[in-house]
Amino acid sequence: MRPRPPEPPTRTWFMRTTAYRLFMIREFTSVFLAGYLIFLLVLLARVGEGPQPFESLLVTLRSPISIILHVLVLLAALYHAVTWFNLTPRIMPVRLGEERLPDAVVAIAAGYLPWIVVSLAIGWAVLG
Amino acid sequence: MSASNGAAAQTTEESLEARMADKTITLEVFRYDPAAGGDPTFQRYDVPYRSDWVVLDALNWIKDTTDGSLTFRWSCRMGVCGSCGMMVNGLPKLTCSTFLKDYYPDPLRIEPLANFPVQRDLVIEFDGFVEKLKSIKPWLIRNDQRDPADGELRQTPKQLAQYKQYTMCINCMLCYSACPEYAFIPGFIGPAAIALAQRYNLDSRDQGQAERRKLLGVQEAVWECTFVGECSAVCPKHVDPAAAIQQAKVTSTIDWYKRFLMPWGKK
Ligand code: SF4
Ligand code: FES
Repeated sequence: MRPRPPEPPTRTWFMRTTAYRLFMIREFTSVFLAGYLIFLLVLLARVGEGPQPFESLLVTLRSPISIILHVLVLLAALYHAVTWFNLTPRIMPVRLGEERLPDAVVAIAAGYLPWIVVSLAIGWAVLG
Repeated sequence: MSASNGAAAQTTEESLEARMADKTITLEVFRYDPAAGGDPTFQRYDVPYRSDWVVLDALNWIKDTTDGSLTFRWSCRMGVCGSCGMMVNGLPKLTCSTFLKDYYPDPLRIEPLANFPVQRDLVIEFDGFVEKLKSIKPWLIRNDQRDPADGELRQTPKQLAQYKQYTMCINCMLCYSACPEYAFIPGFIGPAAIALAQRYNLDSRDQGQAERRKLLGVQEAVWECTFVGECSAVCPKHVDPAAAIQQAKVTSTIDWYKRFLMPWGKK
């Protein structure tokens, strides 16, 4: 008598629980981030092509579609950053003697704080 | 307490029992008979509802009073032995610590732990799991020819704290049932085995990190994991095996850089 093999997983396994769905969203936000990276490279290439092509690109960028896409990418990037910052203390726990530094402290020190500082610096450099 | 008070308390308790006696809760239980083969079926049982009963109590009630053929594993009834794991409404649980009152009045669906072969009813086969545990060499490896007669290897509380969390595992396998990666790739050595490897890797008395590194830094070990994190969410002992895997990934990555960028360095 042979045991019954386990049920094979389905293609829609991630729809089964909320936790799985949230995981899938976290993974999927990477697609937006990768896409934006490619976009930035294209932007850089255009800058090198002189003022004319760059001007026309700027017009495209001001279109409603482009603005909507930018908002979507921003939301995806925020979700991605926040979920990973919150996971950081488990990936890199910090111990002081027998005690583990509270997760919140590690998340802030290794994630949120540098994030805010760098964002402010870039904002200041661009807008200031 | 006076005798009359005691009697009064008893009467209240009895009437409470009597009132609760007519309340029932339905269990839909996965049945599979290897001799008959074929597809598993779900059998419904109406079980008396008690607010202090756990799922395992209900299963034992069925076995004692209604259907002696129902097969399942259990031993300690107190979340220590790790043998009573089952799927309760689709989530892996220790049935001795899962209360009926958290589901009442809805029915409960009881299935064997997902991702494992089923021997009969709620009993799964875990030979593969035991092989995986053994494969990561879960013992203190020493490179010196140390004799036990040389005395014990001392450890400070600080050194113990490094790995203590990973010693809490009771091998209940809930984490394997929760892991979608394991469902797709049965060769993945999985959460509990990697947590166990870390338990020894982080032990100051152990010298086997280099040996285990070869077993852990491969695709079927830490790199199969995508950090879904559900293994840790379902773990009844707060072992956090997902964290163990990510920490092993960090170590494995640092090793890789050391080996390829600084081949003159050691290892
Ligand atoms: S790590 Fe947790 S869920 Fe996995 S076998 Fe050990 S105790 Fe069970
Ligand atoms: S019966 Fe031992 S853990 Fe549930």
